[in-house]
Amino acid sequence: MHHRSALRAAPSAKASATDSASAAAPSPAPAAIPRRRKPWLAPALLLAVFVLFPLLPTPQFWVVQANYIGLYALAAIGVVLLTGIGGMTSFGQAAFAGIGAYASAYLCTAHGVSPWLALGIGLLLTGASALVLGWITLRMSGHYLPLATIAWGISLYFLFGKLAWLGSYDGISGVPALRVFGIDLAQDRAMYYLVWGIVLLAAWLSLNLLDSRPGRALRALKGGTVMAEAMGIDTARHKILLFVLAALLASVSGWLFAHLQRTVNPSPFSIKMGIEYLFMAVVGGVSHIWGALLGAGIVKLMEDQLQVWLPRMLGGGGSYEGIVLGLVLVLMLKYARDGLWPGVAALAARVLPAAPRQAPAPAEALPRRALPPAGSPLLQVESMTKRFGGLVAVNGVSFNVKAGEIVGLIGPNGAGKSTTFNLVSGLLKPTGGAVRFLGEAVAGQGARAIARRGMARTFQHVKLLPAMTVLENVALGTHARLDSVMGMDVARAMLRLDRRSEARLLAEAARALEQVGLAHLMHEPAGSLALGQQRILEIARALCCDPVLLLLDEPAAGLRHLEKQALADVLKQLRAGGMSILLVEHDMAFVMQLTDHIVVMEFGTKIAEGTPQQIQVHPAVIEAYLGGTE
Amino acid sequence: MNLDASIAAILLLDGATNGMVYALIAIALVLVFAVTRILFLPQGEFVAYGALTLAMLQQGKVPGPVWLLLALAVCAGATRGWALLRSGQARALPAMLLRNLVLPALVAALVLWAAPRQFALPLQVALTLLLVTALGPLLYQVVYESLAASSVLVLLIVSVGVHFTLTGLGLLFFGAEGFRTPAFWDARWMLNGVTLGAQTVAVLLAALVLMAVLGLVLQRTLYGKALRATAVNRLGARLMGVSPGLAGQLTFAMAAFIGALSGMLIGPMTTMFYDSGFLIGLKGFVAATIGGLASFPLAAGGALAVGWIESFSSFWASDFKEVVVFMSLLPILLWRSIASPAHDEEEA
Repeated sequence: MHHRSALRAAPSAKASATDSASAAAPSPAPAAIPRRRKPWLAPALLLAVFVLFPLLPTPQFWVVQANYIGLYALAAIGVVLLTGIGGMTSFGQAAFAGIGAYASAYLCTAHGVSPWLALGIGLLLTGASALVLGWITLRMSGHYLPLATIAWGISLYFLFGKLAWLGSYDGISGVPALRVFGIDLAQDRAMYYLVWGIVLLAAWLSLNLLDSRPGRALRALKGGTVMAEAMGIDTARHKILLFVLAALLASVSGWLFAHLQRTVNPSPFSIKMGIEYLFMAVVGGVSHIWGALLGAGIVKLMEDQLQVWLPRMLGGGGSYEGIVLGLVLVLMLKYARDGLWPGVAALAARVLPAAPRQAPAPAEALPRRALPPAGSPLLQVESMTKRFGGLVAVNGVSFNVKAGEIVGLIGPNGAGKSTTFNLVSGLLKPTGGAVRFLGEAVAGQGARAIARRGMARTFQHVKLLPAMTVLENVALGTHARLDSVMGMDVARAMLRLDRRSEARLLAEAARALEQVGLAHLMHEPAGSLALGQQRILEIARALCCDPVLLLLDEPAAGLRHLEKQALADVLKQLRAGGMSILLVEHDMAFVMQLTDHIVVMEFGTKIAEGTPQQIQVHPAVIEAYLGGTE
Repeated sequence: MNLDASIAAILLLDGATNGMVYALIAIALVLVFAVTRILFLPQGEFVAYGALTLAMLQQGKVPGPVWLLLALAVCAGATRGWALLRSGQARALPAMLLRNLVLPALVAALVLWAAPRQFALPLQVALTLLLVTALGPLLYQVVYESLAASSVLVLLIVSVGVHFTLTGLGLLFFGAEGFRTPAFWDARWMLNGVTLGAQTVAVLLAALVLMAVLGLVLQRTLYGKALRATAVNRLGARLMGVSPGLAGQLTFAMAAFIGALSGMLIGPMTTMFYDSGFLIGLKGFVAATIGGLASFPLAAGGALAVGWIESFSSFWASDFKEVVVFMSLLPILLWRSIASPAHDEEEA
């Protein structure tokens, strides 16, 4: 497992670089470090700066700044998880921070509860409200979540401001300072360690999570739910999980805020602040955990400067910083949508190049499904029909796939082949007819359920996550192979207790890449592959699902002649191993040499079926393709 | 205080008046979302700008949005001009500059000339409508047009940025002080012990007329049909010769017009501050959500419901009026998620 530690050295180097940058401390020049001789040296030095920062005669002002930046960063990490990773967005982070802050402030002052117990209660309240909000909104289109969180944030703000037992707009004062192991944290310098300890812990846990099986599923959410569901991922639950995790981070931030400031009032938890957290994430880099820290630092410092300079320039005593913040946000999204972190990371990589990544080590193989005996009925489609309004896309189509054979589905453009695929794989619900897979009726069961029964597919329009590596993309296919409870899984991933099963999944993915001949590209971002290679990647991903039946939608499109030959060989090998394949393809030579049985469709109906030899001379087929025999 | 018939009547009337204004805003939001996929959070800023621009004109002061208009015109003219020159379409330059630079400059000049002269109210209302409406298409060009292909999420975050900037500028333009604008129609009638203010009637009438006109424009005119076509299928409309840029600008002009008018309609009934627009706009969103951000009649009906929820909750629990209004979004969303379950919209 030596390569693993080498892998991790690079991110942690970046980690500490940001900590000190956000804390506005001069970072030691990592250029002085001999290249990769002592990979621990840079992180160690930066960690030392982080630890020493409040011990050195740093002005009080900067320690206080660093504390606030830490609090903002914590909530902004939540935004990164939600928006940059999950492709959703929420303006509710400030409101969730408010719940954490008010829960602790109220319980500690009115009932003398320990702040640590109050933290737990605050987290429970936050988690429960996020669960309800997420459950209601995340089942619908993406734009309802931000609207709901705005409404929620505003309601909570007014609620804090109106409830007398929460001190109305004056808030609650006299919140006790925290004590850890008998150490009083009333001093900003002492609090610094708690705040930044928690921030770094949250960043570490988040990074661990993202680099794991549930993490890949979370990252897949951004690419839409169709592909993820086809890999057996429960996207709705993963979305809710992400939303709740983000809310919990905000809640901890609010709790720290209450005990740092020692008073709470509604204004730091207003919708304006909720928007600013999003702003921090966008400025720092919305897809990067460290971007949240960077963004929190930059926005906090920039806002402070603007609050001094703008009133002087514009006259009057108003808070004009919103003008500039808004403009920066618009400009960033127009011209630098990835934020500042990628630039910082590239710079760091130049000084401290990452270790070359190695292929996953061989690991214990994953459990395999038993394949049905060759020749037994596998997929039976019986007079399946699909209507879109008045259009009949698939009209009473019937065909069978037997175990261990390759069946080709051909027909002119618009014949309904892809719709047939989508109906069989559960992406669409048939209007009529029956689909039986492994002897059970599966029509209308949904893509995820059907995928978990052993049917894996590729897509006509390639669906992969361009920013993830080829290996990670393929590993998505293994998602349903090791089933377990989601909450446990997430906890294990965060604490790095999942490495053994993770090694098995990655080894499986590497094996699939080897099989299709893409192993040499496994660490490239999937988006950098040629289209033909991306199609092959999808086949490897489907293979990782351990399917009984493989559905390939135009697998040879975009491949050169030799690559097509190689693909045909791979598919023949799979068939020899007992796999069954249903494929849509336009390259007739490819189909004819490969398939055992061909189904021909035209205008939504089946016009012929038989062996390749029969199809080649079938008059209806010739008429469909060539427009008539004499 | 108990709820008796006359109080109920007052609350119903009150709720309907506000509800009609929310309905106008909700309709603008649905229109913008349908045509451009933008969740236009800054719609409320048009409302505040409308009311406060009128207030400035009342005092004979130059309203600040004039400067915003000029700045946007310069930005739009410069970026467009640069793009035209680079693509070798210099011949289209004069027409573009006329539309993006000269016309806004004329509007600004007119407002600058008229502001200190304190013309009669109807003229000031017309000036306000002209000024704020002119902001709409320019805002679309400068901010959104190059992002038209982005995801709903990106467009939403951009809108948040626009909201921040416009609110901040509102503070700069109008100051922190609140204003009430004069009523369009200053009469009162007694009906069965309930006072009916003429402004209420004016609001109801204006809203109904505007909705009718909007309906006619969308149903009958070529531009309206182009907008509806864009809403149904952007690419298809484009292939039929509808320019998505033009559709966006037209939509934003309508949204700005509706916003400004709504602002002047409620201006006499509530004190408007530079940041009052946000909450008003959000209530429009609550209403629009009832219609799934897609249906005009449901959005209008939802807006009436929001108006009534607001007026009755201000009677029973006035402190928690906003809480009740905004939390009512949750049951609406729950109902929608059960009534029309998930449909995945792919965003590549």
